[in-house]
Amino acid sequence: MTDASLPAAAPKSLLVADGRTRRRKAAETRFRLYGVAAIAIGLLALVFLLTSVLGNGVNAFRQTFVEIPVTLDEAVLDKTGTRDPKAMAKVTTVSYGKLIQQALEAELATRGIDTSALTEKQVMSLMSKEAPADLRRQVLADPLLIGQTITFDAFATSRVDGYFKGRVTMESASRDSNITPEQLVVAEAMAGAGLIETRWNWRFLTAPDASELRPEAAGLGVAILGSAYMMLIVLVLSLPIGVATSIYLEEMAPKNRWTDLIEVNIANLAAVPSIVYGILALALFINFMGLPQSAPIVGGLVLTLMTLPTIIIATRAALQAVPPSIRDAALGVGASKMQSIFHHVLPLAMPGILTGTILGLARALGESAPLLLIGMVAFVKDFPSAPPEGLMQPATALPVQVYQWTQRSDPAFVERASGAIIVLLTFLLTMNAVAIILRRRFERRW
Amino acid sequence: MSAMKLTVSAAAILAAAATAAAARDNIQIAGSSTVLPYATIVAEAFGENFDFPTPVVEGGGSGAGRKKLCEGMGENTIDIANSSSRIKQSDIDQCRQNGVDEIMEVQIGYDGIVFASAINGPDFALTPADVYGAIGAQVAKDGALAANGAKQWAEVNPDLPAQNILAFIPGTKHGTREVFDIKLLEAGCKATGAYDLFLVASAGADDAAKEKDALANCLEVRKDGAAVDIDGDYTETLARIAANPNGMGVFGLSFYQNNTDKLKVATVDGIVPSVETISSGEYPVSRPLYFYVKKAHIGVIPGLKEYIEFFVSDAMAGPEGPLAEYGLVSDPELARTQEAVANETPMGPLE
Repeated sequence: MTDASLPAAAPKSLLVADGRTRRRKAAETRFRLYGVAAIAIGLLALVFLLTSVLGNGVNAFRQTFVEIPVTLDEAVLDKTGTRDPKAMAKVTTVSYGKLIQQALEAELATRGIDTSALTEKQVMSLMSKEAPADLRRQVLADPLLIGQTITFDAFATSRVDGYFKGRVTMESASRDSNITPEQLVVAEAMAGAGLIETRWNWRFLTAPDASELRPEAAGLGVAILGSAYMMLIVLVLSLPIGVATSIYLEEMAPKNRWTDLIEVNIANLAAVPSIVYGILALALFINFMGLPQSAPIVGGLVLTLMTLPTIIIATRAALQAVPPSIRDAALGVGASKMQSIFHHVLPLAMPGILTGTILGLARALGESAPLLLIGMVAFVKDFPSAPPEGLMQPATALPVQVYQWTQRSDPAFVERASGAIIVLLTFLLTMNAVAIILRRRFERRW
Repeated sequence: MSAMKLTVSAAAILAAAATAAAARDNIQIAGSSTVLPYATIVAEAFGENFDFPTPVVEGGGSGAGRKKLCEGMGENTIDIANSSSRIKQSDIDQCRQNGVDEIMEVQIGYDGIVFASAINGPDFALTPADVYGAIGAQVAKDGALAANGAKQWAEVNPDLPAQNILAFIPGTKHGTREVFDIKLLEAGCKATGAYDLFLVASAGADDAAKEKDALANCLEVRKDGAAVDIDGDYTETLARIAANPNGMGVFGLSFYQNNTDKLKVATVDGIVPSVETISSGEYPVSRPLYFYVKKAHIGVIPGLKEYIEFFVSDAMAGPEGPLAEYGLVSDPELARTQEAVANETPMGPLE
C-alpha cells in the first residue's frame, strides 16, 4: 500500500518532511552515530595502548651514565706485563670491580662529594654491576689501554637511573631495599658535578639481554638479530614455496576433488592457532630431525609453516585479479603456458603478492607462542654469528624478549619491556606502511 | 624466473645450514621460573669470566624442565634442569627409560615464601592457623566443621586488622603452591583442629585412607572469591594487589626484596622473613632449590662442569655472593655440595 492510495491524504510539500521521512532520516543519523561511536571506541583503545606503552617505554631509550676517569693499573690487570690475551683473560671482573671502586672513591673525594653516610658497598652500588664486565671487555679488546687513565663511561644502577627519570623518588627509596635516600643524595651531587648524566642510549638496541641484577644493561640486540634471521628464513622459504603453490593451484591444476581438498586445507591452516605449529616444530624439527634448540633456523621454519597459508591465499587472490584477457592474449601470440604466467601474469600480480607476503611476515614477526616450545624463550647473552652458522646458534626474538622482561621482578624491566614493544611496533608499522605504499603505487585496477 | 632462482637458493641455504649443524658448544638449561633469575645471574657472570659461551637459560616450570631433562641423551636435549621442588620417582624412571642413567642433584640454597600486602595497608602478623582460617574451605567452628564464612581478617583472629579477606595464592601448577599447601594450609589445618574433625568425618576404609582424605580436605581453599589462584607470575600478583588494595599476595622472597617500595611483608609466627631468618630456620615457610645435571654430558658439552662448580662456589652461592644479594638463602652446607660437584657424585635413590 502506497501513500498515494491513502484516502484523504493531505497535499504534501517536498520542503516539509513528513513523519516517515523524518523517521528514516533519524534512523540514518543514528546509524551514523553508531559508526562514529564504534570508531571512537577503537581509537580510544588505541590511544590507551599507545599512551601506556609510550609513557612507560620512551624512557627505556635514555639511560643514566656515570663517567669517571679510571687508571688501568698494570699490576692488577696484567701481572706478567706481556699483554698476553690468555694471561689477561684470567683477571676476573672482581679485580676490575675493585679498580673501578677505587677510581670512583678517588673521584668523589677530589670533587669534594661527601660519602660519609654511605658504606663502600653502597657507593659502588650507584654503578651498574655491568661496569666491571664492560671495562674488562674494553681492555681485552685493546690491551694497549693498560697503564693509561681512560674516561670510563658506565651505566648507573637502575634505581639511580629511575631517580633521574622520575620513576624512583626519595619517598619510595626510603622503603626500597635496593637503594637508600642517602645514596640518591650522593647521586644528585654527582650529577651536579657532571659525573652523572642521562642521555640517549644506543645500547638498548645493540646490547644483549642482562640478568635481573643489572636491568640497566639489558638490550634488544640478540632479539633483533634473532628476529631478523627468522624473517630472512621465512622470506626465503615461504615466498617461493607459496608463490609456486599458488601458481600451480590457480593456473595449472585441474579442478577436481583433490585440489578442492587442498584448498580447504590451506584455508583451514591459516586459522590454526600458532601454538599448534610450535608443537609440530618440536616433534618434527628438534626431536625427529635433530636440529638444535633455541636456534633461529627452527623458529624460522615454524614461522614459515605458519606464514605459508597467508601468502598462498594472498597470492591466489592477486593472480585471480589479473584479467583472463591477459593470459588469452599471451597464449594467442604463441606464448607457452609458462611464458604467459612468468612474463605477464606474475609481474602484474606482484604488488598483491608482495603485500600479502609483507603482511604475513609482519604477523610472523609478532608471534611468540610457537617459539615457546622450541626453546627460544630463553636468556641468551651471546650474539649468534653470521649466517649460515648463526642460524643454528641460540637466539631470542623481539616478542619473546617483551614476554620475558614483563616476568622479571625488578620494576626497571617494566620500562624496558615497554621500550621493546615500541621497537616491535615500529618494525610492524614500517612493514605495514611499505605494504600499503606498494599496493597504492603499483597495483593496477582493471 | 626469479621464483625459481629463489627456490633453488633457499634449498641451498637449507642444505648448507643442515650440514653446518656443528657440535653444540653452549650449555642448555631449562626449568623452574623461581630458579631462572639465579641461573641467569650465574650464566652471565660465567660467560664474562670464562672462555666458554654464556649458557642459554629457559624458564618453563620445574616439572617441564625435569621432563625435558629426561627426554634422552644427545646434543639436542638439555644439560641441566632447574627445579624448585625435588625430583620425583616418576621423573627418574622416565630418565632411565630414555637412557639418562646418572643424574647429579645440586642443592643451591633456599627460597623463602612470603605473604605481602599493599605498602599503605595495615600490618599483618599471621600464623598458619590464621591463613587456614581465612582461606580454608571448611573450618572448625565450635567443635564442628562449617563452611568458611569469614569476611574479614578480624573475624578469623581479633588481633588482625578489620580488612576484607582477599588472598592471591599461586595456582596449582606452581611449585610454590606445594610449599604453601604444606607449610601453611596443612599446618594451619592441624593447628585449628579442623584436621581432626576431617579425620572423624572421613569415610575412608582404614587409618591411612582417612589421613589421606583429611589432608586432601585441608588443602581445599574456599571458592567464594576470597582466595584467588594466580597462574601467572609474581608480577601478576603484584598487579592484582595494586588494583585491590585489600589484597594479600604470596611472593618469593627475592621478588619481595626487589619491590619493597610497593609491598609490605607479613610476619609468620611473629618472624619477619629475611635471608637471615630463613637460613636460621626461624621463618617457617621456605623450600630448597635444586638443579639436576645430566652427568653423561660432562666432558661432552664444553664448560658444563665449570659452570656447575662456578654456580655452587662461595663467590656465587655463598652468603656474600650475588645470588644472596638477589634473595637466595645460602645453604649452610654449601661445602658438602661443592665437594659432591667436584667428585661428580650422581644422586642415589630417593629416600
